[in-house]
Formats: sequence, structure tokens, C-alpha cells
Amino acid sequence: MDRRTTIKWVMAASAAWPLFKAGGARAAAASSELGYGTDPNLLKSYRPGELWPLTLTTQQQRLAGILADIIIPADKHSPSASAVGAVEFIDEWVSAPYPKHRRDRTTVLEGFAWLDAEAARRSGREFADLGASGQHAICTAICDESSAAAELRAAAHFFSVYRDLTAAAFYSTPAGRKDLNYIGNVPLARFDGPPPALLKNLGLL
Amino acid sequence: MPFVSDETQRSAYDVIVVGSGAAGGQSAYTLCMDGARVLMLEAGRKYVPESETPMFQTPDSAPLAAAGTPEKPFGFYDATVDGGWQVPGEPYARASEEDAGRFEWWRARMLGGRTNHWGRISLRNGPYDFKPHSRDGLGFDWPIGYSDIAPYYDKVELLIGVYGSNEGLENTPDSSPGCLLPPPRPLVSDLLVAQRAKRLGIPVIPGHRAVLTQPLDFARTPARLHPGNLTAQKILAADMRNRAACIWATPCGRGCAIRANYQSTTVHLPPALARGNLDIRTDAMVYEVTLGRDGRASGVSFIDRITGKQRHVTARVVVLAASACESVRILLNSRSAQFPQGLANSSGKVGRYLMDTVGSSLGGQVPLLESLPPLNEDAAGGDQMYVPWWLYQEQHAGKLGFARGYHIEFGGGRRMPGHDTGAGLEWLTGGSFGTKFKQDVRRYYGSFVDFDGRGEMIPNDQSFCEIDPGLKDKWGIPVLRFHWGWSEHERRQAAHMQKTFADIIEAMGGRVQGVPQTDGARAIAPGGSIIHEVGGAIMGADPGTSVTDQWCQTWDVKNLFVTDGAVFASNADKNPTLTIMALAWRAADHILERMRRKEL
Repeated sequence: MDRRTTIKWVMAASAAWPLFKAGGARAAAASSELGYGTDPNLLKSYRPGELWPLTLTTQQQRLAGILADIIIPADKHSPSASAVGAVEFIDEWVSAPYPKHRRDRTTVLEGFAWLDAEAARRSGREFADLGASGQHAICTAICDESSAAAELRAAAHFFSVYRDLTAAAFYSTPAGRKDLNYIGNVPLARFDGPPPALLKNLGLL
Repeated sequence: MPFVSDETQRSAYDVIVVGSGAAGGQSAYTLCMDGARVLMLEAGRKYVPESETPMFQTPDSAPLAAAGTPEKPFGFYDATVDGGWQVPGEPYARASEEDAGRFEWWRARMLGGRTNHWGRISLRNGPYDFKPHSRDGLGFDWPIGYSDIAPYYDKVELLIGVYGSNEGLENTPDSSPGCLLPPPRPLVSDLLVAQRAKRLGIPVIPGHRAVLTQPLDFARTPARLHPGNLTAQKILAADMRNRAACIWATPCGRGCAIRANYQSTTVHLPPALARGNLDIRTDAMVYEVTLGRDGRASGVSFIDRITGKQRHVTARVVVLAASACESVRILLNSRSAQFPQGLANSSGKVGRYLMDTVGSSLGGQVPLLESLPPLNEDAAGGDQMYVPWWLYQEQHAGKLGFARGYHIEFGGGRRMPGHDTGAGLEWLTGGSFGTKFKQDVRRYYGSFVDFDGRGEMIPNDQSFCEIDPGLKDKWGIPVLRFHWGWSEHERRQAAHMQKTFADIIEAMGGRVQGVPQTDGARAIAPGGSIIHEVGGAIMGADPGTSVTDQWCQTWDVKNLFVTDGAVFASNADKNPTLTIMALAWRAADHILERMRRKEL
């Protein structure tokens, strides 16, 4: 998001709230040009924080987890997003030194600030302390960018970005693959294609 | 000692091959198997697919769930090393940054080049594709016809292993008996596309890809490829035995440690090295072909990227196979009193007629594919089926408004979930979150089908590259500046693609994501972005209007050859790699014959 859009968003936000400043020593790491380079080792396993410092504050991490679990809660099939490392993943993402990730960082941190401001406006508390029904009410207002009220369009864009990041965090894990019944990535002696009964059922045989 | 340095390199070679990808690999293979002593120079580092390929790694092991970044544009696990749309320290210039005039240049700096990550789609050009000017008055005819190159298509298919089928369709050639491996079984989504496209009169047939759907025929193929050459037969038979068949898992773009698909490093280079007369020097950045007093190429100059030192090697023959634009760059940077505008450029055509493939994409969501039972659909890694161009007659009759055709690549299925799973679903879900979101992702996972058009671009005067007057790379080598422009033929073709894709998606009962683009200028991907750039040193029958003859031999310098995509006189919709290899094999046979006759 460019600065002009940000200013428009802050001017239009239902809650008046100072523009979030992504500053301080921890945030400086995110302005480094260095990523993993053009020839990283592809065989080793990487953990968030290993390649570049994570930059979310403890308070932001708490909010990140609450919001991720509102988007992907535990159900009878699979755990919640935060239970499989979504906070660490999102922290790695918004701390990454690449242009897209820096833009997402701005979107996410300003979105966090907006959530707190909106929560304060509605009930005088931070979003994290709002309770499930209050949190859901705010999310419902911003969950669809295309139909969100004009003054909520920027917040809805944030929610859309954050939902995508939460989904990326969750579905790239073993729990996410299992949730979707993905059964590939195993060597097969033969590939037989889809079963004839299924094709018949679909009118393809 | 096949990988050489200053100390271990021979003092002279029969042939220097610059580049190690499809063209360099095939050139070196053919030359070495017949006994020539070859030095291959590769600008990038040594690369060993057997030990470096992330075969079963899952996105949770990678940074950012393996999503692409400017340092790994096709994702963390893409095989490309030290490459992408930008290479650090090796810039290029563009005359325009506008979409319509922009050219993107993908490079890799690694042994095997772009063959390590490519899509493995291996289509033959047809008879029309070599004589396009005769057919519609546009562009240029090649100095060869399909029958000249058909035997070499057979050879390449037999060597590298290509699956596909013979369908007898117009300008979509059949292979000789025994050349193709059986195609893989199609996915549910493939069969649905085939069924519904057929109702629209659009043919869907098995794709052609360089993936071993079964082991190679090591008992018979070597004798067919190298008649009378028992040494080559024995080496190739042993090597073919060591290539495993596909295990129906892990994306081909990562490369293949078990050598079940084609990449130069797993198919061309091992037997050539086993033959004992191929030396490879990596980290050798060639910048000039030197000219002897006799008017012949005396050798090449390069920079050792490790030491930064300039080096020169000599040979009887120089083969440029560095990729179309890089070979052009070397020619243009090889200036002398005799060739002030660059070597082999008396025609002024070096750098001219740069072409890419016309690309346009559209996707859709198909309710019939929702909530299917668990299926392993990793399959052959893509392009189990495709749509060859089907409107030759209508086009020839002038009914379409654009002169050349396209084929369609498409893909669906329950691919490994990753960083984009569940993303951008608002248009279907209205923005669900919570338990409903999880249900929605399950419902829609595997129900998307994406269509990519790949069409022919006609060479034009606005699309070319030249040496930038000021900019140099970190080695001090002058860099290319690109000029680009599409014609109405390409723009209309791209708009036609969009309509076709929407028609097929709707015929499947699906919903198009977004709106099909009716404005061709917006539908078309920027030049270079399909990474099928060819031309720049086109072959022809007239030294005044072309750079090489039909043997990839430059008109001006008889021992200098260009065997990569630079020599393409047209860029058919068929992906260029198979044709690059067939031309390189044919050129190498010619070099061997001329060397035997002491003419080189």
C-alpha cells in the first residue's frame, strides 16, 4: 500500500487512530536488502527467524494468534492455525526483506492498529480483550472486500491479506495437507489415474 | 578430469561449446559421442541434480512456505540457481518500461541452464511452421523444411525420452514408430476439459513432455541413435539404464534426482562425460569470440568468475549455445576492424527479429470437481493433455483476423497444498472465515482449472536487442538493451485465447474467475515473460538477410556456429526446446562431417 492510500485509509477509518509507525530497532531488520540469496541450500529445513529476525512485538504476536484462530479455528478435522505455527509464519512473512513482504507488513501492522482502534471505539478495549462475539462482529464488517462499506474498504483489504496469510500458514503444514486429504508426494510404481467408478459417476466414462 | 581449470584444461580443442543447456548439451553430446574433443564453457556454477534436488520437501520446510521472491521467482524449490528475471550484478537495459514495449529476460547461471527447471513440454514444429511466409506472406521461411529436421526430432525424442501420442492432426506431426513413450493417465479435470472442449469442436490430446513414463529402451535405442559407433552405443546403453522411470511425485520444476525427466545435466552431459573427451569449465563467463588473421574464429575469451581473471582458449570450431540473447550479446561484443558492428554481422541482422511466445491466461472454478474423494493427482507433473491449434483452415481463409495459431496448456487437480491454497476465495465464499472458511477450502480445493495460451509471434522490426551504449555488468562486459513491440496479430490472438478459455470453462459448467479480457493489448503477457525468446541470429537462404545458413553456420565466419534459439526464423506456437535440440544435433552432425573432410 502506498503512502497516499494509507493516509486515505486513516482519514476514512471509522476509528480515529494515529498512523502506525513501523519504527524502532527491531523493525530495522526488515529494511535490510538481504534475503536468502539466489543460491540457498534447498535441502535443509528452515525455521522462522533463522534467515532474518522476526519483528512482531509480543503484543502484536498475541493479536496475530487471536486473529489467525478466528480465521482458522480448531474443528473436528484439524487444529487451529496458531497451533501449527501460524504466528511464527506470519511474523517471518512480515519481517522478510522483499518488496511484497514489506508491503504486506505495512498492511498487516496498520490493520492490527485499526482493529485495536475499532475495538476501542466500540467498547473501550483492545481487540484482544474484546471477547469472541465482539471480535466476530468487527471481522464480519470487514470480511469481504467487495461488499465492505466504503469507509471499511481498506480494513477489508487488510483482512483479505491476513486471511490469505493464515491459509498459507495452515495449509502448507502436515495438518493442513491432512485436512484437505492430500495424499500425494509419495513415490508410486504406477500411476493408474482416477478410478473408473468415479469417472462413471461424473459422466466421464 | 572432466571438470577443468586453468591447470587441467587442454591447450586446444576441436570444438568450444559456449553454454550447457538444451543447445549446449545437445551440441556437446553429439560431438563428443562421435569422438570430437570438446570444451564446454558455462557461466554459472557446477550443479549436481542427483544430490541437490529437493525431491520430497514440503512447503513447511522452506522459508515463506516456498512462495516466490525476487531471489527465487518461481518459488523456493525451483531448480534455478543464481537466476531469475534479474541476475545480481548482471543488469540489462530496456528501451521501454511500458507493458506493451517491455521485455523480460530470464536467465540461470548454472550447469544445464534453464533445462533444470523447464516445463519439459516437447512439441515438434510442423511443416507449416518452417514455411510461414510461403503460407501467409508474413515473417520469414526457414531454409529447411519439416522433412529435413524430422529425423532429428526422432533422435532427440529417443535420446531424452518424450511421452505423447500420434494423432495425425494438421501441422501437429506424428513421430516415427517407437519414438514416443506412452502418455500418462489423465486426471479427472483433464477428462472433463477434453469432454467439454470436444463439444465446442476443440481437440484435446495427450501432451508431449520429456518425462519417462516407463524405462528407456536401452537395448535397442543406442544402436538406432549411433549406428556403427559401438563405443557410443555402449556408453548410452549404460547411461539409459541408470535413468529411472517417473515415480509420479515431486514437481519437475525442482529438477529430478532420479533422472526421470530431461535436463541437460542428467541426460546430455553424463554420457558425453563418460565418452572421455568432454571437458567442462564452469564459472566461465564468455564475452568475446576472437577472430584470427585468416578470418576464422580463433577461440573465445572469458572471465573466470572465481578469480576475476580474463582467459582465452582456442579451438578449430566455436559453437555459441548460450541462449538466444546471450549468444547475440557475445556476437555484438566481438568487434574487430573486419566486423565493427559485431562478429558475423555483415547483414546487420544480429540482434534483430527477437521473438517470444504470445501468452495469456484465464482460470475458472468448476462445481463438478468440488469435494471429490481423496485422489493422488501428482501424476506426471503437468500437461497430461493439451489442445493443439485447431483452426488452421479458418485462419488460412482469413476468418480469424490474426495470422498464426496457439496451443492451450491447462491444469487442474488436487496438487500439493501450499502458500496459495485457500487464497483469494472471496469471489466464491463472500469472505467466509472461521469453521465455514475451513469447509469452503475443502470444498473448492482441487476444483480449479487454469488455461494458458501459447501462441506464435511473427518477427517484426520493433523487437530486437542491441548493446547498451553505457551500461556494463559487474565484469565490465557491455550489456543488452531490449526493444519490444507486438503487432495486431498477437494482440488479437491473445483476445481470442481469452474467449476460448471462457467458452471451455463455461462448457464445463464452471465459473470464470474475473472477466475474460477482450482487449488484446491487456490480455497479452509482456515480451520475454513466457521465456521462449528466440531469434536474433536467424537462419536463412540469403547471407544479406540472415546470420546463419541452414546448418547454424554463420555466413561470415565459417567455423562459427550458433545452435541455440537465436537461429529460429519464426517462433511457432510449439515450445522451442525440442526444436533447439533437433537443430543442434543436425548442426553437430554437419560440423563432424566438415571436420572429417578437413574443411573445419
